[in-house]
Amino acid sequence: MSNLNIFGKAGPALATAAAVAAATLPSLASAGPTLDRITERGVIKVGVGTTPGFFAPDSDGKWQGFFIDYGRALSIAVFGTPDKVEFTSSSPQQRLPALQAGEFDVLLSGVTVTVTRAFKLGFHFGPTVFYDGQAILARKDLGVATAAELDGATIGVQSGTTGELNIADFFRKTGKSFTPVTIEDTSEFLAALESNRVDAITQDSSDLVGKLQQLKDPSAYVLLPERLSKEPLAPAIAAGDDRWLEIINWTVYATIQAEEWGITQTNVDEFLTSEDPAIQRFLGVDPSLAQDIGLDPKWAYNIIKTVGNYGEIYERNLAPLGWERGYNQLWTKGGLLYAPPFR
Amino acid sequence: MTLPAPLRGAFAGPVNIALSLAVLGALALVLPPLFGWAVAHAVWQGDMATCRAAAGACWAFLQAKARFILFAFYPADQIWRPALVVVALLALMVLSALPRLWGAVLLTVWPVVLMSSWGLMAGGGPLPRVSVNDWGGLPVTLLVWTTCMAFAMPAAVLLALARQSRMGGLRSLSVAYIEVMRATPMVAILYFAMLILPMALPGGVVLDKILRATIMTALFFTAYLAEVVRGGLQTIPAGQAEAASALGLGYWRTVQLIVLPQALNKVIPGLVNLAIGFLLATSLLAVIGVFDLLNAAKASTTDPLWMGFYDEAYVFAALIYFLLCFGGSRYSLWLERRLRRN
Repeated sequence: MSNLNIFGKAGPALATAAAVAAATLPSLASAGPTLDRITERGVIKVGVGTTPGFFAPDSDGKWQGFFIDYGRALSIAVFGTPDKVEFTSSSPQQRLPALQAGEFDVLLSGVTVTVTRAFKLGFHFGPTVFYDGQAILARKDLGVATAAELDGATIGVQSGTTGELNIADFFRKTGKSFTPVTIEDTSEFLAALESNRVDAITQDSSDLVGKLQQLKDPSAYVLLPERLSKEPLAPAIAAGDDRWLEIINWTVYATIQAEEWGITQTNVDEFLTSEDPAIQRFLGVDPSLAQDIGLDPKWAYNIIKTVGNYGEIYERNLAPLGWERGYNQLWTKGGLLYAPPFR
Repeated sequence: MTLPAPLRGAFAGPVNIALSLAVLGALALVLPPLFGWAVAHAVWQGDMATCRAAAGACWAFLQAKARFILFAFYPADQIWRPALVVVALLALMVLSALPRLWGAVLLTVWPVVLMSSWGLMAGGGPLPRVSVNDWGGLPVTLLVWTTCMAFAMPAAVLLALARQSRMGGLRSLSVAYIEVMRATPMVAILYFAMLILPMALPGGVVLDKILRATIMTALFFTAYLAEVVRGGLQTIPAGQAEAASALGLGYWRTVQLIVLPQALNKVIPGLVNLAIGFLLATSLLAVIGVFDLLNAAKASTTDPLWMGFYDEAYVFAALIYFLLCFGGSRYSLWLERRLRRN
């Protein structure tokens, strides 16, 4: 045996432990290229759009909205404060190329998760934060309660979107006829509907809810219950940074889990004395979990304290515009929101 | 009965009478509802609910949003900086419009004003730094426009001279550049600035989006301006340059003293016209997410507290564009008359 073995008899065991540590540590401590860029820059660059409720500048020139709050939550997870985030609005055509070019660290612009985007374009998606779908807003005096009853209606669709194809598919299925009218600008949809140029308009339900508010007489229109497409909106990032993706995943899950436990912005401090070990781990009272995952023990607490749980974010930004929770409800209440366990 | 001079023409002959009546009829159709919307039923104070209830324009919306439309995301307590930049750039326009000042004065004032404007917007030293991401509204529109013009004008002169050059290689390069640029839509140029330029930059160099867009737009404008300048150059008879060289003047002295002063004088109206077009073209910056004046106006309509007042927002932006462009076109007319006199 060589006298270089300074560990003596414990040598092999220690060497094994070191190898295990070396194999596991990097995945915990070292960051990927995106996260490195973020920490070096000191700010997260987030691509957003402009849609009332989701993301919109207020009168003071500050971004407000559902996705904006998730941007702030990410800033808390990484930096501990909500303001280390820079929102940039970009057009739908330009968002994904800009993400690929590294212009943004994450897109919170309501990108629909699709298989092409995941496989061919190489984007990674966080959890769906909003389940959207194409819907139809119709005049009440047509006397229809469901889209399947529509026959011979003139329907305004946004030009150059999948909405055009979806509505054609839908009517092929119901076997009824309709006349599409393509409309370019979103403000024109309202004019077309109010001037009776079209009987109904079709867009993602989130857009239609906002439009309904802007009509002169909202009670004269009805949002039909069918959803013609699945539009799960999720945070999108460029491939190649697993840890950054996990931070996004668990930031979203934290807001959902908090709602499930009933932890809110106002009562989060009361939960600090909770006897439940899961809640103690979640809020960092027991710091073991946070140490394991390499985040600030208070990260989830800070997120809930600052932006609130999922339900609060929803209520603050979307409910005033008349949004129902719909699919965007906890799984315990018949919705699709489900957070994996924090352990 | 005799009509005052401007009206006499309008009612001279049956065609003119018919046209005038048609125009009056159209005005009678358009003006009363417009007045009703803009003044009689307009809401001057209140919130979104008051405006929704009224039939007219919601000027209260502009009261709440004027700051956002003009300055976008710039921090509220630093608003004096972009405001000062707007004033400085407008003053620069006015100064540049006075033929008396053309020459060395303006050549020094322009870089000074432009550099201090960029500096003032960005901050540094005692001023808090403001990320370019937060710039927007009118100062961005004006700053991008003037900076592009400042780069494009001298470059266009050189390019136009190169296109007339007797050196074949230089001439072909210039022709190729001008034709490629003019055959490319500005939106494509902006996408290039947004997506491809960052990859072409040497490692570690990070240029902001607005700066990249400004560079590419300046290169784009250069090609158009160069063609106008070339038009001026072609009006100078070759004999003049030959006479100059017979007197012993070199190429650059001939260009500086004899060719350019005459050539540029001839194309000033064309250049002003192009400059006005460029001002409007800066609104295309919206496609790469820059909050120029028009894009800020559009974004101001998405606030849930003031949702959907498109007409008011666009009228406001249109008014500002109109004032700038109308000023420019009246100036161009005045200048044309003055040049013709001399």
